[in-house]
Amino acid sequence: MPRSVDAEVVVIGGGPAGMAAALSAWEWGARRVFLLERNPHLGGILNQCIHPGFGLRLFGEELTGPEYAERYIEALEKTRVEVLTDTTVLEVGGDRHVVAVNREGVWIFRARTVVFAVGCRERTRGMIRLPGTRPAGIFTAGCAQYLVNIEGYLPGKRAVILGSGDIGLIMARRLTLEGVRVEAVVEILPTLSGLLRNYVQCLLDFRIPLLLSHTVLEVLGKERVEGVVVGRVDEKGNPVGEKRLLPCDTLLLSVGLVPESELLKKSQIPLCPSSGGPFVDEDFACDVPGFFACGNVVGVFDLVDYVTESALRIGRRIGENEGHTPPRFILSPREGVATLFPQRIRRGKDGFLYVRPKEGLRKARLSLIHNGKEFHSLTFPLCRPGEMVRLDLAQVSWPEEEGEVQVVLRGEKHVDLL
Amino acid sequence: MSSVGKNTSTFSEVFCIVCPLGCRIGVEQRSDDLILQGGCPRGQEYARQEVTSPCRVVTTTVRILGGEIPRLPVRTSAPFPKERIFELMEFLRALEVIAPVRRGEVLVENLLGTGVHLVATRTIRRLGKGEEGSAGA
Repeated sequence: MPRSVDAEVVVIGGGPAGMAAALSAWEWGARRVFLLERNPHLGGILNQCIHPGFGLRLFGEELTGPEYAERYIEALEKTRVEVLTDTTVLEVGGDRHVVAVNREGVWIFRARTVVFAVGCRERTRGMIRLPGTRPAGIFTAGCAQYLVNIEGYLPGKRAVILGSGDIGLIMARRLTLEGVRVEAVVEILPTLSGLLRNYVQCLLDFRIPLLLSHTVLEVLGKERVEGVVVGRVDEKGNPVGEKRLLPCDTLLLSVGLVPESELLKKSQIPLCPSSGGPFVDEDFACDVPGFFACGNVVGVFDLVDYVTESALRIGRRIGENEGHTPPRFILSPREGVATLFPQRIRRGKDGFLYVRPKEGLRKARLSLIHNGKEFHSLTFPLCRPGEMVRLDLAQVSWPEEEGEVQVVLRGEKHVDLL
Repeated sequence: MSSVGKNTSTFSEVFCIVCPLGCRIGVEQRSDDLILQGGCPRGQEYARQEVTSPCRVVTTTVRILGGEIPRLPVRTSAPFPKERIFELMEFLRALEVIAPVRRGEVLVENLLGTGVHLVATRTIRRLGKGEEGSAGA
């Protein structure tokens, strides 16, 4: 017989988003708060991110991932939030029942509020249609990071990294320190995807070549990777010009992250096509009453500080229990915007809007437009796809009339190498 | 950083990482003087440091015995001289730590005589008898 539990709040996922959501719910007065985590420890991906750079915005110091996680683990220990580790959620119903399983058996939570804090997943070989054979030695960068930093295994001796996102850059340095020879980081775009400081401290410091406008055209090897063929590509990603062979036994893929939306699909929560996650308002409430989502399941943030910030907004909304009014404004991404969240504005009094630029711009201007008229703008000297633009919603005076708001980013096109 | 050697002075360029603007700061090294071009005052201070004695906070893992997980993440207590990082890695490969360990605990003082210490960045419990270690993060 499954155990049946009445819960005020069930938070799914014990990474930075889930921990902050549970804490925030507790601090705003919710009781019978459950935090469900499928791994044996809380902390999520932070546990394998042993490099510094976390918490600069929230704590004013550069923490490593495990240090950042422990601050929230310790805060949770001071509450009576019920943490269930080694517990996997199988199903979430539209009536807010949550089915989970662990060593003690099957649990059915009947929750007043369900919070999805299930994070994102790495894009895989299949999703980028990587040509060539299918030997051992191809890993996503995050998987390699887990093997090296948690399990203590090296994935190989000589590596090529495809994609210049931050995890790929961080892993280039990590493998180099552990004695792996990193032949190159290969990036299909003409610009770096990750942060400039990671380019300097992970690649330049160790003289690892960055091949921009290049991609892997073929994987070679039968049992194990023996090399990859790389070549130059045009703006559309089509091969042009010379190819060359890079001998290696390992290929790491750092080719993007996508929100983990499987559980959400089952509970029929509407998803946003541009972010891949659920539509949310400024308190991270979904379109269906009683459901919230925070952190990277909403859309991929570039700083954990913003993930925490998003999750901490949930408690007040649950505590106020003000009901589910329709949103006043619907934000849609337009010119220059790859994606944005939240996509709905209910109160418009506080919170933040996160905007991912489509391309690099100098003298950039972010505009909020309603009925063809710009009612709010923000200017900044430079924006890049690798760094989100964050707009403080408390600064915005919203129009009287409700409706659609178009979000536009304009500026001088900036195609510097980095 | 790229360098072009001259008889009397050396020119190089530093990518500034102090803020997201990513300025490139020119550095001319004369016999006893540095001339900096471009960037803001903070950036110039960074460039000066990068040219004279570049340092980095080093993070890695070391072996831990008797703990819930097999690797203990660690960091240097302060930026460590860049040119000695591989020497440090070699030293840490031989290191074994016994659980339990608390986050912030100093594991090794004065690493290789630099005055910088090695600090644990995660709390790891000691496993009791009959408990099973799991690597799951």
